[in-house]
Amino acid sequence: MSDLKTTPLTELHQSLGAKMVPFAGYSMPVQYPMGIMKEHLHTRAKAGLFDVSHMGQVILRADSYEMVAAAFERLVPMDVLGLPEGRQRYGLFTNEAGGIEDDLMFANRGDHLFVVVNAACKDADIARIKAALEPEIAVTPVTDRALVALQGPAAEAALEALVPGVAAMRFMDVATFAYEGAELWISRSGYTGEDGYEISVPETAADGFAKAILAHPDVEPIGLGARDSLRLEGGLCLYGHDIDGETRPLEAALGWAIQKVRRPGGARAGGFPGAEAVFGDLGGAAPRKRVGLLPEGRAPMREGVELFATAEGGEPIGRVTSGGFGPTVGGPVAMGYVAAEQAAVDTQIFGELRGKRMPVTIAPLPFVAANFKR
Amino acid sequence: MKYTEEHEWLQVEGDIVTVGITAHAAEQLGDVVFVELPEVGTEVTLDEEIVVIESVKAASDILAPLDGEVVEVNDAIVNEPSKVNDDPEGEAWFFKLKVSDMSPMDDYMDEAGYKNFIG
Repeated sequence: MSDLKTTPLTELHQSLGAKMVPFAGYSMPVQYPMGIMKEHLHTRAKAGLFDVSHMGQVILRADSYEMVAAAFERLVPMDVLGLPEGRQRYGLFTNEAGGIEDDLMFANRGDHLFVVVNAACKDADIARIKAALEPEIAVTPVTDRALVALQGPAAEAALEALVPGVAAMRFMDVATFAYEGAELWISRSGYTGEDGYEISVPETAADGFAKAILAHPDVEPIGLGARDSLRLEGGLCLYGHDIDGETRPLEAALGWAIQKVRRPGGARAGGFPGAEAVFGDLGGAAPRKRVGLLPEGRAPMREGVELFATAEGGEPIGRVTSGGFGPTVGGPVAMGYVAAEQAAVDTQIFGELRGKRMPVTIAPLPFVAANFKR
Repeated sequence: MKYTEEHEWLQVEGDIVTVGITAHAAEQLGDVVFVELPEVGTEVTLDEEIVVIESVKAASDILAPLDGEVVEVNDAIVNEPSKVNDDPEGEAWFFKLKVSDMSPMDDYMDEAGYKNFIG
């Protein structure tokens, strides 16, 4: 365990009785004494605090936001230039084959671009950004800040009590606030399907800030286990599982993240890695599609379960990429890829579990409706 | 009561052995969400995988601790898997085996041995 990295909140997790596991090179809390099921339900009912300090925070600067945005558009198929100040957007790094190298959040913070990337990909992402954009753009990984997420219907009231003003933010707004002399970079976002915030806090203030949030009676600490079941019910992709370098955005049902201005006919169409391959999937041409899967009965279908069109015989038509028990749904839920012909909602297919083909229905995503404050 | 290294508890009454999982195992598994039990009448052999148990975290198996015939299963835990977390060493037993050769029982741990085993 000694080679695992810690976060500014590691001691706090241990003092709260967390079960720590290795994740993306970090020692992270997978659950607290409450347990994954109750942690999940508590987040949907009230509010949960997550340590996501393992994720990568990066600042990109040049003489102006416009310069940074124009350069960043060479790496992502998103409208970065058109993102208003104080707003955040979901994005994807693509490769030359149009596959997804990582998913990310990026924000226009006035004079710079603030990017948050996945823990497991952050070294590769930073190298990619630097290789493509330096020295024109100054790329600075932020290594002296923790990142926490406060998620759930009670998140607004709990955070407003400590940081007056955050209640006025809308979904995907970003802003800077002060808390006991520390500068907080707050976005109204998250990855659970619930309303909430992600808060970047200086590492020296992180422990005190987290304890202050946890002192609110509606807030409990939540581990990676419940984070996974929450995002799965929310229909949100986990990089390395539901999306990877071999999956293209439209196959992954992430076409909504590519704004019109970057598509064929748009003012800044293309110009990102693999544009031709990505555009080849437009108009329903993607050969396979990421879909929601509702297994019949109670048996969870986890990552790797093969999917078939029929109860017997035939070749697999796809496979489960994320799956488990959905505590809010009250039964098994999964996501996976199937051939385009079988991707219509309500199509019945089969998943092979321990040698037996069990019925599965293609379901719309998300499984639990998003509760964002738009 | 006897215990296996697979974290099963075994209670013998005559030629019937009742099998469940220990409180330690239930805690390690986390919230149990699915249990699949063998059918009554199945003949099982030692170390055969006869139960599937899934928690919010992962799937695991329970092995037959002895040769025997499944004579009763606890459908209550199939219908309500959370009972396995609530009362693993009581109400949430898994199955009962009719056993002709009890000799493997001698190799299983007693309570003190099991406590030592789980540290």
